[in-house]
Amino acid sequence: MNIAVDQDKCCGAGQCALLAPEVFDQGEDDGIVILLNPSPAERFRAAVREAADVCPASAITVDLRP
Amino acid sequence: MPGLRDHRGPPALTVPDDVVPDDVVIVGASAGGLAVAEALRRKGYQGGLTLLGAESHPPYDRPPLSKQVLSGVWARERAYLRQADELSALEADFLLGDPAVRLDVAAREVLTASGRLLRARAVVLATGLTPVRFQGQDGLAGVHTLRTMDDALGLREDLLDGGRLVVVGEGVLGAEVAATARGMGVDVTLVGLGDAVLADQLGDLVGGMLTRLHAERGVRLRLGVAVEGLSGSGGRVSGVRLASGELLPAETVVVAIGSRPATGWLHGSGLSVRDGVRCDSRCRAAPGVYAVGDLASWHHEKLDRRLRLENRTNAVEQARIVAANLLGEDRPYLPLPYFWTDQYDAKIQAHGFFPSGARVDVVEGDLEQNRFVALYHRDGKVTGVLGWNMAKAARLHRGRVADAIGD
Ligand SMILES: Cc1cc2nc3c(=O)[nH]c(=O)nc-3n(C[C@H](O)[C@H](O)[C@H](O)COP(=O)(O)OP(=O)(O)OC[C@H]3O[C@@H](n4cnc5c(N)ncnc54)[C@H](O)[C@@H]3O)c2cc1C
Ligand code: SF4
Repeated sequence: MNIAVDQDKCCGAGQCALLAPEVFDQGEDDGIVILLNPSPAERFRAAVREAADVCPASAITVDLRP
Repeated sequence: MPGLRDHRGPPALTVPDDVVPDDVVIVGASAGGLAVAEALRRKGYQGGLTLLGAESHPPYDRPPLSKQVLSGVWARERAYLRQADELSALEADFLLGDPAVRLDVAAREVLTASGRLLRARAVVLATGLTPVRFQGQDGLAGVHTLRTMDDALGLREDLLDGGRLVVVGEGVLGAEVAATARGMGVDVTLVGLGDAVLADQLGDLVGGMLTRLHAERGVRLRLGVAVEGLSGSGGRVSGVRLASGELLPAETVVVAIGSRPATGWLHGSGLSVRDGVRCDSRCRAAPGVYAVGDLASWHHEKLDRRLRLENRTNAVEQARIVAANLLGEDRPYLPLPYFWTDQYDAKIQAHGFFPSGARVDVVEGDLEQNRFVALYHRDGKVTGVLGWNMAKAARLHRGRVADAIGD
């Protein structure tokens, strides 16, 4: 699984960091997404998928191929 | 005709609601509607899928309209929600530029302006909001509301022509337009009924800070005053008339005095549409008919009250519940509301509820430094968390609101 984030689109909602804190973090002030791990382990798959789904800025793309 | 398929199988009326539909029509092809379609496919739904949209643009995101699209930092394509290949991978029929004009609830039939008749086992209503206008504004050039991509591009053109802008409405939309226009070097006056910018939404403390911020950035503020109407000459607006008789001269006017659920096309359908489409706790308006996004009012079981949210996160979160319930799950929708707004260099994140009269405590950061987290309390409970340039810390306090609503 490979993840990309578009920091320019991100609005700092933090839904991603809420759902998958092992994979996503946020900048302290602007809240902009920080990708901690672009190819996380399979056990994070559901959480990452959900984060990409609910991200209000569609800033997260996930390629599910291993 | 693309997207129009025969209705096979038993008559719709006899289809029980617990049968997974093999055909879904989604009316409104934007944040909420698209999210329902994607969630259905992700959950393995393989039946027919039609998205009907009034606008001819591919699905795009609205929050950037008052920010990056209006300022010109983004070209319009940047606000598109998906690339063309992602849309085609959905295997859905997109019927764009053809608004729905009627719904037959019992038959789940949608009639469009061009005369298409779409029938499905399930219909999802996702038509969003329509801005409130002043009487007579449509005949006047230079007067704008801001809801669509075309609205944003048209407003931008007028702002680039120079001249004075008067924004009517001190809510989120009016304040964002004022901020973005100031950033473009436009002469801006913000006029509104409230005594402070966003005070109705976020209370006096934050309202006061936002008001000062706009003043510092050179916006002329006329707050606590009523607007009577618009003046014009030769078919073009010339100013905004206050109830006191004063005229605020303007070459461009933005009317941001609120929006109403876009339910005009549902009149006569038998659905209750007094404040949005009235749904149960499962976001269901009638058997096989669901609503999502800004349009949908539903019963929040944990709060035990009816809610209708007008924010971006709600559209996708609610869409996931609607898709699940369409496929036979039985899930209540229990969100913790969240919205953000960007004005100048202030990035505000708001989780929860901000009732008027709430006690507001700053729990982190410092008002003086324009960097803080505030908790809103009412009846001894934390109802909301607001972050001002402290997005992450605000999010970390979000759990306290969730506790308070029993999440
Ligand atoms: C300028 C602006 C800035 C915003 N900024 C923020 C922000 O910073 N943060 C935030 O949280 N939220 C923000 N929002 C709100 C957010 O964009 C909405 O909550 C979200 O778009 C709701 O999605 P929706 O799908 O319910 O409705 P919409 O996005 O309005 O989509 C409804 C769609 O239905 C179509 N339609 C209408 N009538 C018909 C019909 N009869 N037949 C077929 N189609 C029809 C419309 O053309 C539209 O494409 C902003 C909104 C605007 C307008
Ligand atoms: S959920 Fe999306 S918008 Fe929010 S912080 Fe994460 S990437 Fe950014």
